[in-house]
Amino acid sequence: MSPALHSMISFLQTWWVQLASGVLIVAVVPLIAGYVVLVERKLMADMQARLGPMRVGPHGLLQPIADALKLLIKEDIIPDDADKVIFWLAPVVSMTAALVSMGAVAFGPWFQVAKDINIGILFILGVSSLGLFGIVLGGWASNSHYALIGALRSTAQLVSYETAAGLAIISGLLLAGTLQIRSIVDAQQHYGVWFIFLAPVAFFIYLVASIAETNRAPFDLPEAESELVAGYMTEYSGFRWALYFLGEYANMIVVAAVATTLFLGGWLRPFPNVRWLNWLDLLPALFTAAVGVYCVYRAGKQPVRVQTLFMWAVAALCFLVALILAATLLVPLLQAARPGLLGAFWFMLKVGGYIYVFMWLRFTLPRYRFDQLMHLGWYLLIPLAIVNVFSVGMAMMLESEFGWNRWLALVVTMLFTLLAAAFLLHLNDKRTAAASSAAAETSDSYAG
Amino acid sequence: MLDSIIFYFFAGVAILSAALMVTRRNAIHSAVFLITTLLATAGIFLQLRAEFLFIAQIILYVGGIMVLFVFVIMLVRLDVPLNHITFRFQKWVALFVAMALACEVGVMFWYVRRLPSAGLLTPPAPSPDKLPPNSEQFAKVLFSNYLLPFEIASVLLLVAMIGAVIMAKKRT
Amino acid sequence: MMPVGHYLFLSLALFIIGAIGVITRRNVIVILMAIELILNAVNINLVAFSRIFGDVHGQVFALFIIADAAAEAAVGLGIIIAFFRNRETVLADEMDLLKW
Repeated sequence: MSPALHSMISFLQTWWVQLASGVLIVAVVPLIAGYVVLVERKLMADMQARLGPMRVGPHGLLQPIADALKLLIKEDIIPDDADKVIFWLAPVVSMTAALVSMGAVAFGPWFQVAKDINIGILFILGVSSLGLFGIVLGGWASNSHYALIGALRSTAQLVSYETAAGLAIISGLLLAGTLQIRSIVDAQQHYGVWFIFLAPVAFFIYLVASIAETNRAPFDLPEAESELVAGYMTEYSGFRWALYFLGEYANMIVVAAVATTLFLGGWLRPFPNVRWLNWLDLLPALFTAAVGVYCVYRAGKQPVRVQTLFMWAVAALCFLVALILAATLLVPLLQAARPGLLGAFWFMLKVGGYIYVFMWLRFTLPRYRFDQLMHLGWYLLIPLAIVNVFSVGMAMMLESEFGWNRWLALVVTMLFTLLAAAFLLHLNDKRTAAASSAAAETSDSYAG
Repeated sequence: MLDSIIFYFFAGVAILSAALMVTRRNAIHSAVFLITTLLATAGIFLQLRAEFLFIAQIILYVGGIMVLFVFVIMLVRLDVPLNHITFRFQKWVALFVAMALACEVGVMFWYVRRLPSAGLLTPPAPSPDKLPPNSEQFAKVLFSNYLLPFEIASVLLLVAMIGAVIMAKKRT
Repeated sequence: MMPVGHYLFLSLALFIIGAIGVITRRNVIVILMAIELILNAVNINLVAFSRIFGDVHGQVFALFIIADAAAEAAVGLGIIIAFFRNRETVLADEMDLLKW
């Protein structure tokens, strides 16, 4: 028994960090996803000139915990003729796909579960596409019309926009030259600029495609409340629905992390190579300290005593984090911790910014009808993404073979892409004009 | 040691799911079991250090082909309970074919058992850390030696796409 | 890396199960799924041998098999849908238009 025991112990010794991070992800991500829901409700309230959840806990901060408790103790309803095994399986598949794909995401140069796998970005893309089965099996197992139609629509939407997202990612990968996540960020440091400045059209395509990928507004017809009740989630109640919901928000975080890694420079600060801007390294500490000062300022204005105490606690936490971040810069002993902690901070900031843009679009734009959605995906985004891949490839070839200046090559080819985009939009206008004129002709028979 | 645990786990899942797949009455259950078989096969690829093929299997086979299958099963769903009662004759045909295949390989193994390493003539496999990064090596070989098959495969996929669209269009 | 006979056995087992599935099932969609299983068995074989020889030619071939399987599944399912629209059946023994 001893050699087996030895090999098990050596296995644990080499892999304990990864195992612990895996357990941490499964334990922590649902909690974080719950708080992202709270942030969304507060932001929605702010943009709609109201306050949002304020009742549970100070400023509504215990709302996710109350929601989780409610969902856990709710009655578990299973439809009559539903296929019980698949009904149970579907939300599990959805959540598992989202959590496993979070394993390959690098939250800063130190924090990555699947460290330095060769196929980094492709792994995330592939495993998050397994979440499709959670949707389509859930819709089918519910044995209800609304659920099935919603599931099929949602799956069709996801598959279409996955193609566009993949092609947009390819443009970023062409610039990076590798699939490994760490090397992509190192390539951005080597180039000196984030890839969003080198391939902005690709970033835009990925932004739109990732909104459709996660079933967020304005592409949330399959799960909108005024449409098919709740689409594939109609028959799910209680904790099963919570799994779907958390899977969707975890997917949102993963998609934001991929965009950050590829286009927004990962864990690099702005202008990573410029030496005279090294003082920008102080920004994380200053930012956190500023948030702490704001909390202290607002603490005096709270109407209720517990909210005042809470504000002081948050301010203390912010000052502590600022101190840690500043210490890595100023104290020579802790210099080694600098790339890890500062990188994680910049990464979280960018992911947060990307998710903020998601939420902003949700509160601002009206919903797309399903045929408009499919038309946008197949007729506009995919051709544009293909043209973009071609043009980024051309730019790289012009730079390496013909010796053009990199920026000149990229600007010229981006103009070509924008020309193609204008042409596609023009074709789109012609088609909708033809469709509406055809509709006008046919509806005249009842006029008068 | 870890290698063999991973192999036996994925191989067991693959064979079990495949056996379950061909015996389920409900077509959706068969599809779900095929998905688990394909995922187990992807695990075998990963155990063989074929990382790109592992993720290509997941993206293409599981995320593409199986979604297509599940869609079609939902579209042609009949309310008649489809059972797998075979014709009496066909069961024996299947058993005969299975026996023939197994015997063929078994006889081959039997005849070569005296040869060194059972006639497989395999050179010792390179250890994992001496392998070059898989995606880069894959891309290098794919776009130099196999460029023509690559282009032909893309034409094939285009033709298949056109064919499938025409087949599935409603005749108005 | 296990001894290569293990991979051959696994591939053979999946192939036999796929062959049984093709012969015995009535639902043509399940027959198509069993064909995919057969193609997978072949893929395992190819990748095992490519690992032994240390190069990726076997894996490239396996990728082409996957692409081919995708094309074949798409066209096959299109045919099934077209047939279903006409005859309302997906059972193999009811597709007997060409029988005398």
